Amino acid sequence: MMGGNTANKPKLLVSGKRVDGRGVEDLRQIKIVARVLNDADGSAYIEWGKNKILAGVYGPSECIPRHDQSLYRAIVKCRYNMAPFSGMEEHGRSGPSRRSKELSKVIKEAFENVIIAESFPKTQIEIFVEVLQSDGGTRCAAVTAAAVALADAGIPMKDLINAVAVCKIDGEMAVDPGKEEDNFGESDMPIAFSPRTGDILLYQMDGLLTREELARGLELAKGATEKIRKIQVDAIGKVYAEPKEERFLVIK
Amino acid sequence: MESINEIKRDTLSALLSSGKRGDNRGMYDYRAISVQPGILQNAEGSAMASIGKSQVMVGVKFDIAKPFPDRPTEGVLSTSADLLPLASHLFETGPPSENAIELARVVDRGIRSSNTLDLSSFFIEAEKVLALYVDIYVLDHDGNLIDCSSLAAMAALLSTRMPKVEEGKIIRGEYAGKLPLKDIVVTSTFGKLGERTFIDPSLDEEKGMDCRLTLATTPKHLCAAQKGGWGAISERDLMGLLDISMEKGKELRALLPKE
Repeated sequence: MMGGNTANKPKLLVSGKRVDGRGVEDLRQIKIVARVLNDADGSAYIEWGKNKILAGVYGPSECIPRHDQSLYRAIVKCRYNMAPFSGMEEHGRSGPSRRSKELSKVIKEAFENVIIAESFPKTQIEIFVEVLQSDGGTRCAAVTAAAVALADAGIPMKDLINAVAVCKIDGEMAVDPGKEEDNFGESDMPIAFSPRTGDILLYQMDGLLTREELARGLELAKGATEKIRKIQVDAIGKVYAEPKEERFLVIK
Repeated sequence: MESINEIKRDTLSALLSSGKRGDNRGMYDYRAISVQPGILQNAEGSAMASIGKSQVMVGVKFDIAKPFPDRPTEGVLSTSADLLPLASHLFETGPPSENAIELARVVDRGIRSSNTLDLSSFFIEAEKVLALYVDIYVLDHDGNLIDCSSLAAMAALLSTRMPKVEEGKIIRGEYAGKLPLKDIVVTSTFGKLGERTFIDPSLDEEKGMDCRLTLATTPKHLCAAQKGGWGAISERDLMGLLDISMEKGKELRALLPKE
């Protein structure tokens, strides 16, 4: 994706302003609503820029098939999936793509670090993420929503994690690339931090970066992570401030 | 699981024989219904509908496709349904289940046989037509997914914009007016247990009932139907339930966005 189609590359940074008017440290608008589903044990809906993503969590429940079970801990499973109508371009194909399989894996591994799985031997904890509308940065929004859904399900975790990407646009590092910056930027680097410890739990990168640019990117991501955490905590707090018997997903 | 269903069936049966339902509804009352049209921007059409605690999203996308050889001048309508694993502990990942396929086909038949869509208007040039994809995304399962899905599908079609087509290609992000629709199709689904029939079965009622009947209607016609489950219905049931579904159709149409 990165660096593709350089012939039509638009100017991505003009006197400190990005294509959508943001500065390099600015996130897109993020809105999270927890507990929007009734049957799932935990759920969360996130709007991040034009991304619209739904996360649902089931568990701890009996691990099926049995040969997946561990006598020592809960098994964490994750399915990241894009709706066939989520993109601007053609209708998507159903079934997992190579990309969605990879993302499911790295998201699962990030949560394996923070879920206190030893408390629930022989069980499974399932994380389902549905991208209803995509606008670049869906994996980071997916991690952020899934963390809130896990908390809503009452799964004990060492930390409430989130993720954000940084990019290099016209030679400058910037946080939270949008679709166009993702397509035409010189580098893309999604990171999930554990805000409590500063540990990096999801890390991917492509493109070319110098040592200084990497350091600047990490600094930007860390700043953003703090802001996102506040939005996550507020969303979970609202569930208990406004208890309701029936929950509905409301999309404006 | 089986024994729980036995208990539910007994309880349901006892309630129904005294003319009552588990949630104090009348026999022919729907649970609370809400419809949200036009909720997505990348899809050409979209909507959400909820009936009780069931929630369904529908996305509509257009693509360019080859027509079917037996209908070379008509566009293609394709309806699919995903029973998402996040919607219910009863759903699993993997290829579509028979329930998902039945759901998609019943909704598809209602839309298709009502002739609300003029598929010949999707013709572009020889070997090139527009394909309309209606994707049913079940988000929360509390029974009667057929009515919830067909309501969401109709609301999504009512919000659908026609894509702009130039030189045989879709120009994404530009539109050429609204999708023309001739009629509004809605479905009413009934459950039957013993001799009793009732509308809009909840998940608990679905687990206990003998069979289900779905009737899809336009304001004037019956346009599609499906019986499901091992139980039987009588001719009298069928005629009576059609009258009720024509009445209920008015209520359901009033909840949809105006054309």
